[in-house]
Amino acid sequence: MSTAAFKSYRPPVIEPSNEGELLEVAMGPHHPSTHGVFRMDVALDGEIVIKLKPVFGYLHRNHEKIAEKASYLASMPYTDRLDYFCSMTNNWAYAIAVEKLAGIEVPERAQYIRVITAELTRIQNHASAIGFLLQEMGASGTPLMYAFREREKILDIFEELSGSRMMCNYMRFGGCRVELPKDWLEKVAAIVDGLPRFIDEIEALLTGNEILMARTQGVGVLKPDLAVNAGITGPMLRATGVNYDIRKVDRYGIYDRFEFRVPLGDHGDIYDRYMVRVLEMRESVGILRQALKDVPAGPIVDPKQKVRGFRPKPGEAYGRIEGPKGELGFYLISDGSGNPYRYRVRPPSLINLTVLEDMCIGQNVADVVLTFGSVDIVLGEVDR
Amino acid sequence: MNFQALTLPEKLDQLFVFVQHWIMGFFPAHWQPLVGALVGVVGIVASFPAIFALTTVLERKGLGRMQNRLGPNRVGPLGIFQPVADGIKSLTKEDIVPVSADGVVHFLAPVVLVVAIFLGYASLPIGRNMVLVNIDAGLLFFFAVGASTELSIFMAGWSSRNKYSLLGAMRAVAQMISYEVPLLMSAIVAVMMTGSLSTVKIVEAQSGFTGIFPHWYVFTPWGFAGFVLFVIAALAETNRTPFDLPEGESELVAGYFTEYSGFKFALFFLGEYLGMMSIAGFGITLFLGGWGAPFSFLNFIPSWAWFFLKLLAALCFFIWLRGTLPRLRQDQLMNFAWKFMLPMTLLNLMVAAAWRFLGDSATGAWLRWVLCAGVLLLAYVGLGRVLMRKQRLGARSYRYAE
Repeated sequence: MSTAAFKSYRPPVIEPSNEGELLEVAMGPHHPSTHGVFRMDVALDGEIVIKLKPVFGYLHRNHEKIAEKASYLASMPYTDRLDYFCSMTNNWAYAIAVEKLAGIEVPERAQYIRVITAELTRIQNHASAIGFLLQEMGASGTPLMYAFREREKILDIFEELSGSRMMCNYMRFGGCRVELPKDWLEKVAAIVDGLPRFIDEIEALLTGNEILMARTQGVGVLKPDLAVNAGITGPMLRATGVNYDIRKVDRYGIYDRFEFRVPLGDHGDIYDRYMVRVLEMRESVGILRQALKDVPAGPIVDPKQKVRGFRPKPGEAYGRIEGPKGELGFYLISDGSGNPYRYRVRPPSLINLTVLEDMCIGQNVADVVLTFGSVDIVLGEVDR
Repeated sequence: MNFQALTLPEKLDQLFVFVQHWIMGFFPAHWQPLVGALVGVVGIVASFPAIFALTTVLERKGLGRMQNRLGPNRVGPLGIFQPVADGIKSLTKEDIVPVSADGVVHFLAPVVLVVAIFLGYASLPIGRNMVLVNIDAGLLFFFAVGASTELSIFMAGWSSRNKYSLLGAMRAVAQMISYEVPLLMSAIVAVMMTGSLSTVKIVEAQSGFTGIFPHWYVFTPWGFAGFVLFVIAALAETNRTPFDLPEGESELVAGYFTEYSGFKFALFFLGEYLGMMSIAGFGITLFLGGWGAPFSFLNFIPSWAWFFLKLLAALCFFIWLRGTLPRLRQDQLMNFAWKFMLPMTLLNLMVAAAWRFLGDSATGAWLRWVLCAGVLLLAYVGLGRVLMRKQRLGARSYRYAE
């Protein structure tokens, strides 16, 4: 599909059978599997979805406008609340944007810590995403609880590091907030050593399960050209077979120092999204092992760097990272004052959600729930 | 029968029967049949809901253990009084009827469900001489009464005037009617072998022993296949995982009982578990030797204890499945019923007939074993392969970008 063709693009239309009327169901905003407050207005022919209209905004909190009224640093804890599963990566994306804007260098040690926390975040996010997917498939929470068991360990480590389990608020412009606690790296290494076993367990229990295959293979298919044109990123894009990982494209931070591969799917269905997440967890474990080996000594933030009340030169910057859910970017315009003139988030959750209708039309209601779950969104980030 | 003349194991075995006769002894002769039936009814109506209460704790604690958590542990020692708390809660909760709902039908649906399910217990043999009504067509009675639960589910879904309820009821009716067929067909093999529809006769036919091993139907090729098919159909019939689509929480909120609260909801819950127990009870009766002991040297344990132990094992199996399996989709469920279950049950009927025909002679014994088991195994593998190939499912390999 060319870009010109995309401008006139409309989701597929299927003709309902001529028996009876369509049943219009508002799934949400208080539906058990909408991951928060989200609504899908669905028109059903029997159980087949004819139309689907996503409605969101129930959780809008004025994040971007508030940030324009606050100093640069004051927005850092707010970024935790975007995607509350991955506060570390949110922090990092915002820090990168401000560092670009103000031209701040990050010391070596801080770079390593950022990679370690980001990859831990990716693992716990993917594990929970798989757990929630299975929950929506009706597996009564067992896979979710298995995922949460690992997530708890990672959150405990985050708590020890930053003082908070989910709202970490750990990154600072030009480094990190606090020095690592004693023996922290050893504890992380112990957790990382246990992770392959957990991933093997998930794979042994789920990957070959016939019901899981029957429910996910060939369901919620996303075509690569539509995915690229719609700006889909993250595991969802890679499941369609498009090789696009910002860790490889931008090589931000110190990702060029680590050996890791980017798994790609061929079908773009839910099963591919699931498998890409599993394989990415394995790669993340590899990155963590390499990073933990040689964390250098030194400062975690440049001591000469002024963090509070600093005024970057007028200009603009776009900082982005490969978040667990996709490309998370922050776009900032500075007018030389202490707070940004314009502050804009590029939320992967929202943009990945835009193709929901395309993936769902012609499918069963049960598949809609599953497709929606496989996108892996957090409503805090969708609505901001 | 003289109670004093019996040995201790026999006394224990017939304990409840003697209690019934003792109570009947207080009444004049022409009242006695009625009183006897009433005592039996009270026994069943009191004991199975009590087991239901225990099952809810067992289920929640069992699921908790499967999911790395503790389960309920606040009410009473180890949380065993949780059902009491739940009962009080559901009794005191506000009973909400939607404005646009059909009040009468909305009220009747849970009542009809529980009544129909309790009726099914009438022909369930719980122990030696312990069956409420020993009718010749006991099995037929159970299936007939069990089928009427679909009515109440559709009543609930339709009268609630809720779209989720309606979708859930639609799914429930389609699913239960589809699985009624293989359920019946898989049960018929036991009837063929016994030559009677009477549940008591079916149990008695399985009560012999070879060495220490019992003559349960499940230990024959057709019996094993019938048992597996019966279990699958029973799971679908009772809306348990992986066939819990009618109440699929992640899709339909709570399915057909979305609009029920308070004690009506509790009645649906009760009905669901009682249905599960009755169908498990009939599975035990048909294939697992009913109240018979699993080994001849364990015969001293009372028959009713064996029945309830087997029931407990069956309930644990249901709970285990619930903690393990994801849910199927509607079309897959239907395909499975009509394309796999039905052909397999029909074939099993023929295999059972062949087993009967080949006879029990010394030379034919191993021949019929090999023949019947071979045919069933071949059909299972062949049919499974063909159906799986049609769906184009399978493991995939993944490539990595450079």
